[in-house]
Amino acid sequence: MWARTEEILPYALLLPSLVFLALLILIPMVQALLLAIQADSGEFTTAYLQRMAVDVNFNDAWRNTLLLIVLIVPLQIVLALAMALLVNSRFKGHQWFLYVYAIPLAISDLAAGILWLAVFTERGYLNTAAQGLGIVDQAKVYLSFENFGGLVAAIVIAESWRATAIVMVILVAGLQLIPRDFFEAADLFGANRLRRTLYVVLPLLRPSLQSALIIRTIFAFQTFAVVLALAGRNMPVIAAEAYSWYANNRDAHLAASYALLLLGLTIVFTFVYLRVLGLREAEVKR
Amino acid sequence: MTAVAAARSPRMNARTWDRVLIYGSAILLALWVLVPFYLIFLSAFSRPNDVFTYPKPLLPTDLSTETMQTFLNSTGVFASVINSIAVAVLTIVISLAFGAPAGYALARFTFRGRQAVQLVILASKMFPVAILSIPLAVAFLRLGLYDNVLGIALVHSAMALPFVVLVTAGVFAGVSNELEEAAMTLGCSRLTAFLRVALPLALPGLAAAAIFTFVISWNEVFASSILTLRQRTLPALVLFALQQSPLYFKFAGGFFMVMPAIVFIFFMRRYLLNLWGGR
Amino acid sequence: MAGIRMQGIVKTFGKTTAIKEISLEVKDGEFLVLLGPSGCGKTTLLRCIAGLETVDAGRIFIGDRDVTDLPPRHRNIAMVFQSYAVFPHMTVRSNIGFGLRMKRVPKPQLERRVQEGAALLALEPFLDRYPAQLSGGQRQRVAVARALVMDAPVLLMDEPLSNLDALLRLQARADLKRLHREVKRTTVYVTHDQVEAMSMGDRIAVMREGVIEQCEPPMQLYTNPASQFVGGFIGSPPMNFLRGRTKAGAFEGEGFSLPMDGSRVEDGRELLLGIRAEQIRFGERGVPARVQVVEPLGATALVTVLVGKVPVKVDAPVNTTVRPDQNVSLAFEPADIRWMDATTGAALAH
Repeated sequence: MWARTEEILPYALLLPSLVFLALLILIPMVQALLLAIQADSGEFTTAYLQRMAVDVNFNDAWRNTLLLIVLIVPLQIVLALAMALLVNSRFKGHQWFLYVYAIPLAISDLAAGILWLAVFTERGYLNTAAQGLGIVDQAKVYLSFENFGGLVAAIVIAESWRATAIVMVILVAGLQLIPRDFFEAADLFGANRLRRTLYVVLPLLRPSLQSALIIRTIFAFQTFAVVLALAGRNMPVIAAEAYSWYANNRDAHLAASYALLLLGLTIVFTFVYLRVLGLREAEVKR
Repeated sequence: MTAVAAARSPRMNARTWDRVLIYGSAILLALWVLVPFYLIFLSAFSRPNDVFTYPKPLLPTDLSTETMQTFLNSTGVFASVINSIAVAVLTIVISLAFGAPAGYALARFTFRGRQAVQLVILASKMFPVAILSIPLAVAFLRLGLYDNVLGIALVHSAMALPFVVLVTAGVFAGVSNELEEAAMTLGCSRLTAFLRVALPLALPGLAAAAIFTFVISWNEVFASSILTLRQRTLPALVLFALQQSPLYFKFAGGFFMVMPAIVFIFFMRRYLLNLWGGR
Repeated sequence: MAGIRMQGIVKTFGKTTAIKEISLEVKDGEFLVLLGPSGCGKTTLLRCIAGLETVDAGRIFIGDRDVTDLPPRHRNIAMVFQSYAVFPHMTVRSNIGFGLRMKRVPKPQLERRVQEGAALLALEPFLDRYPAQLSGGQRQRVAVARALVMDAPVLLMDEPLSNLDALLRLQARADLKRLHREVKRTTVYVTHDQVEAMSMGDRIAVMREGVIEQCEPPMQLYTNPASQFVGGFIGSPPMNFLRGRTKAGAFEGEGFSLPMDGSRVEDGRELLLGIRAEQIRFGERGVPARVQVVEPLGATALVTVLVGKVPVKVDAPVNTTVRPDQNVSLAFEPADIRWMDATTGAALAH
């Protein structure tokens, strides 16, 4: 009896979680696929996917989504690396800076969008500061459909501000796994900080950098509320289209098509990353 | 003596410069993070009409609670805050009830398939759960869970569960297994050993996991918006009102969404690294 | 009171076999030491007795009861852990009384027994402290007191002294020995420290790779090791071994030949000559060797000599006159030699 319960126990403890995840992730994933390719009558059809492909916003949506990823992710990695390396130098009070840098971790992309709206709106703080410093002579309009560059810049800044925290936390955790001896050894051999970072720290940090890159890219595909907050419907992105097709037009099929597109892109990107970066299973696990 | 001092001073200088550089850049980055909070605070604690004043005051000389009051008295805001809290609490209960046992199993046992389970949990942590909202909305309509606090809480639990499993695994791993084994040799069953020894010691960590779950749920926009019509959570309400509402309403809403997050992150700062990094 | 009987215990972890069919009996009131290098399975065996590991095959009896399928709490055992496992969120008093509370011992009796247990280990001044306020030695005593007050007939200890510093360990070792004499519980004690094992055990079971190589009283183990492994593991310095081959009633090693009563062993067999350091004298005739190092240790001097290329330790009087690089001859009584098979390492019957 004792032996049997002992053997079954771990599985019994894990089962509820796994069933829950299956019910709320696996099954809906299949249903999303079916919604996109199956008509209400039960027939399989590509009509919804075709309608999505000719939708006015379709091309803009996927282009903008990719554009934002290309701009945001590298910026975040650099910013986060700077924060992580600073924190890891363990200067006096570094824990407080770690806390401050991590605060945006708890901010939704909607709230982040609104925070930066206060900055970028026409009568906002950016214009106040710029005019105060004499950089511009009158308030400029950053967030309008005529100023695509302004919209993109605002979104990139807001997203970099918000989601850098996740990358930073991953990197700090990764840096802590590197034994202090490595840093001291590098010092002993006369490497200065830059050389130490380039030749000792970064190679050792590679696994963390890779997982940060993957996680951030996957999440960047879901960017939507920050875009809606700053650009409204002037800048279509995939997730926002999915939202709007369901919330405004009540069309689950088209919404699911966009969701499926998102899922497909996510999977392709992850796969490409794993291929290109040559990740081994052991590294993903971290 | 003078020779020694002369030899030392450039090095001291380099040291000082080093510190200036480190603190300087650390503070600069901290300002980058903190200034937007300050600005939303200024915006939220002004008068509704102040959104049109320009240039904006950069110092908190003219604070007022008028905007916040107007926001909180607006239709639906109070109810949505209640909904948000209800959803978050439900999410905590569900995801801890399911996730903590799993975290315990991963922390305590070596068993066949352990690696596979870990991989599944990690993969679902990265899975874009929001995408599932649309098929779930269809399913929930049929099940009567659409526009329902429990329905949103279920989706939020699915998002939070992988985190809860990993954090609680870390928490339980921090409580030595020998303590529970000692309790078992002293007359406890596995359950009573857990309740009397592991649980009290794991409580702070579990509280941190609960707080983080709260933050996940409190912040979630996509699923909440898709899955609700009238029973909106605060982010769903703000998002829904984004097109029509005046700026001051958005700023007040933004501030209201941000505040608890800052406080909660403070309380779980010790466990930050467990969420994304580490084992 | 109760003894312990193990029959054919097998325990595997995945593909590795930690315990390979061990049968062992511990008599009522006996102090048995499980001794072996790390990874030999000694702790696993102890945990099997405690019920913290389930066995893959075999039965375990405590007294007359088959406890193989019982959880730890129904086995009537008490255990002291290597990390002490003192509950950090309870005072010393609650720690010692924990087991009794679980057994729902009435309060007055519980308090009396906690007092007794605390007295036995000189813990009275610390009863209301938390473990964080105690030293390592005090925590170790709390763990022992907590186990003793259970009045379980069987006491299991997993390297309870290994986390103490050297001086404290000597003191605690003497304390544990005294306690065992006073309470006479059947005790199974796991250690990797052969000095600890020699000084405490009524019998020592030497384990290696999941098998018990020999289980006998300490001095028996010392003088008649059942194998090269036991001879090498027990004693400081360990037993010396010289390799050679039997030939025409003699043992021929590298650069020496010793007469044997060859009637016992057939010609051409590879053997090991085992001899303890204190049984070797520097003599006129014997095995030729060259002195490498002389280490005065106070009461005696430890001399390392080379026989061919094999280092041999010799316990010499502290005023020995041998010097490094000196050529010497090693002499010993034939009766002190332990012959082992060179391939299996097993001792030859004598």
